[in-house]
Amino acid sequence: MSDYTGVRGRRWFEALTGSAAPMSGDPASALVADAELGGEMARFAAVVPDPQGLFPRARQGEVGLEQAYALAARVREMIAMDRDRIRRPLIAIVDVKSQAYGRREEMAAIYMAGAAAVDAYATARMEGHPVIALIVGHAFSGAFLAHGYQANRILAFDDPGVVIHAMHKEAAARITRRSLLELDRLGKQIAPLSYDIRDYATLGLLHALLHVENPETPQPGEVQMVRAQLIAAVKDTRVGPRDLSCRLTSAQAQTARRATLLVRRKLEEQWAEV
Amino acid sequence: MIETLEYEYPDRQATTARAHVGAVGSGDLEVLLEPSGTNRAQVRIRTSVSGFASTWKTVLDRFFSRYDEAVRIEINDAGATPGTVALRLEQAVEASRR
Amino acid sequence: MTDWRFLQRKSFIELSGRERAQALFDAGTARELLGPHDRIESPWLERQGVTPQADDGCVICKGLIGGEAAVVVAIDGAFQGGSIGEVSGAKMCAALDLAVRDNQRGNKMSAVLLIETGGVRLQEANLGLAAIAEIQASILALRRYAPVIAVTAGTVGCFGGMSLAAGLASYMVMTREARLGMNGPEVIEQEAGVDEFDASDRALIWAIHGGEQRYRMGLVDALVDDDTAQVVSAVRTLIAKGLPAMHRSQQVEMLRERTRRLDPSTQWEPAEFCATWTRGEKA
Repeated sequence: MSDYTGVRGRRWFEALTGSAAPMSGDPASALVADAELGGEMARFAAVVPDPQGLFPRARQGEVGLEQAYALAARVREMIAMDRDRIRRPLIAIVDVKSQAYGRREEMAAIYMAGAAAVDAYATARMEGHPVIALIVGHAFSGAFLAHGYQANRILAFDDPGVVIHAMHKEAAARITRRSLLELDRLGKQIAPLSYDIRDYATLGLLHALLHVENPETPQPGEVQMVRAQLIAAVKDTRVGPRDLSCRLTSAQAQTARRATLLVRRKLEEQWAEV
Repeated sequence: MIETLEYEYPDRQATTARAHVGAVGSGDLEVLLEPSGTNRAQVRIRTSVSGFASTWKTVLDRFFSRYDEAVRIEINDAGATPGTVALRLEQAVEASRR
Repeated sequence: MTDWRFLQRKSFIELSGRERAQALFDAGTARELLGPHDRIESPWLERQGVTPQADDGCVICKGLIGGEAAVVVAIDGAFQGGSIGEVSGAKMCAALDLAVRDNQRGNKMSAVLLIETGGVRLQEANLGLAAIAEIQASILALRRYAPVIAVTAGTVGCFGGMSLAAGLASYMVMTREARLGMNGPEVIEQEAGVDEFDASDRALIWAIHGGEQRYRMGLVDALVDDDTAQVVSAVRTLIAKGLPAMHRSQQVEMLRERTRRLDPSTQWEPAEFCATWTRGEKA
């Protein structure tokens, strides 16, 4: 698994928006900007490291209190702005190390900050904003739940530095009492356990896997390609339902998530009988 | 890995008995009991603790020496002692009679 | 001196997930769906040396609570620490989605989520995490029609991704024994060191994550004793109350402002923190 470098989020945010600074009042770790995408304005959001951040446990690309509330506020602002207009796309650029692990965070109910971000993103989606997550690096656990996992469509780079998972390998190895090598082996046999984005892609949750030569340094040609993919995903979203059902109707999900589909089918049958 | 054990006890009485007790917690087990639809009792055990086939058989032999219904019993075990197993089987029978 | 009411109290915490779910319903109205006899279990556990449970640790019951239609989903802390796997997550999500459908067809139905969980089941990792994202989406969909009530009583508490789901609920019910937070004390100690969080300091744990503290922070709607009758009464009252004017998770500016009052340059004393957090509140 490639280590988190914390540069991809900012670089792709800048490449896609031309902007490098947070909006006034937001922490330096929460970058949000409105920029053109396919002939319309779209709102882009990224969480990035900020070594000078106020909260010591949220300085290295974690989603902490400040980041989650900034995201929630800017997404809600967008929803309010577009109430009587065409609902603009919302692009979550995701390279997040984890949620913030800290005493202050737990005391101040970081779970509510996360919930506020989930609520905002999902509300945007339910209101008809096309919400797209672009995974350019790491997407772990509570950080991904709060920033990206409520998207209509998830796109990811096909790269060893792109990792989507519930827990970092070292911590997972410790808790399940396995070696790192054993975890790798298990991941090859059991796709939901894998740290490899290509195995994640077999689960039916991803809309597209994008080939980019070096995700650490966006090249103009590739930025164009990514923009085209985002535009296509936005278009695809606008003709579909506003829920997350595409994660169940995808071709791969028919196999990878067949237990889920069985649950849904059988529960519906029994629900009607009672 | 998980060890699966299966046992059969012939010449049982037809029944409508049905029950579920327990949970697959550490040191505990879950027992599912239903009519087998045949004149035999069938037991399937899945356990995360291997190598105790003879112990399971002893517990089951004792249980079926007093219980004559044609049931299918499924046990999902996470390392329960023979005493706990016997207890859960009794609880399942009791529950099936309520 | 004997308090007879204390002696008559029936512990809710000692009940299994199934018993907790059943206790909530009006007598004779509860029907369990996808119960253990249906054997819809995890397809991922046997090959990893874990014995599956026939209901995957998730119980779904439909019926009447205080005369109102409701579905109760109970995550049982006894199986794999209540962790969310593909099937247990799918059961909760599907139940919420069917409740949405009933509401859309003109039949009001609320949901009660009994949550005892440490979060994602690591043996199912990405499918557990994806299920939690979908549960969150379904809670938000149902919340437009009818209240979603989250109940955490202990002993496991509500941690991990499901703590965000609890944060989305219309109402939160906790006992004092229960705990609610994104990361548990052991995880914080592992990631940030024992000075950040001493996981053996029980007083600190409850002072931060415990039901009483969360209640004082204004994040819990009913703080109950470990008494089944009180839990049932609280749930009934909240269902009857209907949707709140605004959900907590929508109140971004209020929550953000409270966070901004805090000085992160130092650790905080729980009591002093609470005073700052609730400053300016009407009694």
